[in-house]
Amino acid sequence: MRSPGQLKSSSSELDLDRPNIEDYLPSGSSIQEPLGKLRLRDLLDISPTLTEAAGAIVDDSFTRCFKSNQPEPWNWNIYLFPLWCFGVVFRYFILFPLRVIVLTIGWIIFLSSFIPVHSLLKGHDKLRKKLERCLVELICSFFVASWTGVVKYHGPRPSMRPKQVFVANHTSMIDFIILEQMTAFAVIMQKHPGWVGLLQSTILESVGCIWFNRSEAKDREIVARKLRDHVQGTDNNPLLIFPEGTCVNNHYTVMFKKGAFELGCTVCPVAIKYNKIFVDAFWNSRKQSFTMHLLQLMTSWAVVCDVWYLEPQTLRPGETAIEFAERVRDIISVRAGLKKVPWDGYLKYSRPSPKHRERKQQSFAESVLRRLDEK
Amino acid sequence: MGNASSMLTQYDIEEVQQHCNHAFSQQEIVSLYERFCQLDRNNGGFISAEEFLSVPEFARLLRMVDGLNFKEFVAFLSAFSPHATLHQKIEFIFKVYDSDGNGKVTFTDMLDVLRDLTGTFISEKQREQVLTDVLDEAGYTKDSLMILSDFVKILGNSGLKMEVEVPVD
Repeated sequence: MRSPGQLKSSSSELDLDRPNIEDYLPSGSSIQEPLGKLRLRDLLDISPTLTEAAGAIVDDSFTRCFKSNQPEPWNWNIYLFPLWCFGVVFRYFILFPLRVIVLTIGWIIFLSSFIPVHSLLKGHDKLRKKLERCLVELICSFFVASWTGVVKYHGPRPSMRPKQVFVANHTSMIDFIILEQMTAFAVIMQKHPGWVGLLQSTILESVGCIWFNRSEAKDREIVARKLRDHVQGTDNNPLLIFPEGTCVNNHYTVMFKKGAFELGCTVCPVAIKYNKIFVDAFWNSRKQSFTMHLLQLMTSWAVVCDVWYLEPQTLRPGETAIEFAERVRDIISVRAGLKKVPWDGYLKYSRPSPKHRERKQQSFAESVLRRLDEK
Repeated sequence: MGNASSMLTQYDIEEVQQHCNHAFSQQEIVSLYERFCQLDRNNGGFISAEEFLSVPEFARLLRMVDGLNFKEFVAFLSAFSPHATLHQKIEFIFKVYDSDGNGKVTFTDMLDVLRDLTGTFISEKQREQVLTDVLDEAGYTKDSLMILSDFVKILGNSGLKMEVEVPVD
């Protein structure tokens, strides 16, 4: 049970993950700017502030998105419990070693093919790219097998075409692996430390991945440019973007960042929904490292999910990038059965920076003074 | 329903619904109960608001929530339900202004709220001036003590919107 005191500290940890809310605040601020002379009722009407406060009391949509609900214990009686114990033994001591073996074999095959292909075929780029793509798809299939992944793909498979970008909702890093096993996408990712980082810089580089660094201020422009360049290139692998920018618990979708929607190309939505029947695939990056998360997956019975490739969308005339993003989010949420968290959810939750509050005070003060002078 | 245990009976829900004049549906009351339990850190059956948010502009509201048990909590929030009448909402706003609860809102009360809303961007003198002028124009003086019917008169036609959606999972 998340207590309110903890709410505060987790907000700072989430700062790196959180989309930049200033991107989404409409420039006029949320308070209506009434015109005309200042009347008593304008001063007395504090309903917007009260609504915001009451909203914060009633709705903690932000935490709800990042909370993994503990599954109800099902092994609570005399015959289920021994069954469960047996299951634990089976999973940890039979399945897990088998899976580790399968994964190791996969890595051996992959590395023994990838390294030669990568170094020897330097001259024959087309062939090399093709082979590397197949190999990446192969190792991803091995990964999926190592969790006994039961993945159902629906809809037309992605085609390799320029001027298109794929967007999907994000639950865990395994989203990428599940999608990659079907099509070798290029991704845009945060550079991670450790063995994941090593993988990123060697193997993923070959599929054409783009790196970003959340903490770099100038980074956004650089990345935006890289994205645009990638999308225009005919030979590049289709680009996969997770516009939520962070892992969400697969019951909700949070606000999409507009970056993927301003590239001037078609956006192909992909919806991913995990079935929690055996394991909850949500990677709570604050609670577990990726290694622990993978181990958890490898010691469960199976990872079951559905992937829907949805109809490609383009920017409609007169639509802004943010509206486009919301429309696509709608499509994905409906297909995967996820609830949309309204952007207000952020405002209600976040103890906005004192600056934000001051800005509100300032704009209200200025409008009061201005309207007072109108006689 | 003294102790905030996690089991609500049907009878409890109906009692709460009655108490808030059916402002919320039963599902919403269940959601509010979950939220209440989260806010009630000590499992004492009532909220202590200080630990919750220390944002000054909400402080005014939260002071009113402090020490409420669940039934009172839901009744308190009923002003924000879409089923609440305009009069109920105005009454709520009046109660927010009337910090000492004596049924009368003074110049100082209104000045306090205005201060929260404008912060340091208006001087105290300007604030007083603004408030005096605006009161003047509406036919009141600095020394007027406003009562609920005054508020109803002032805010009655303003198209007040004060609604909050209770998330129902």
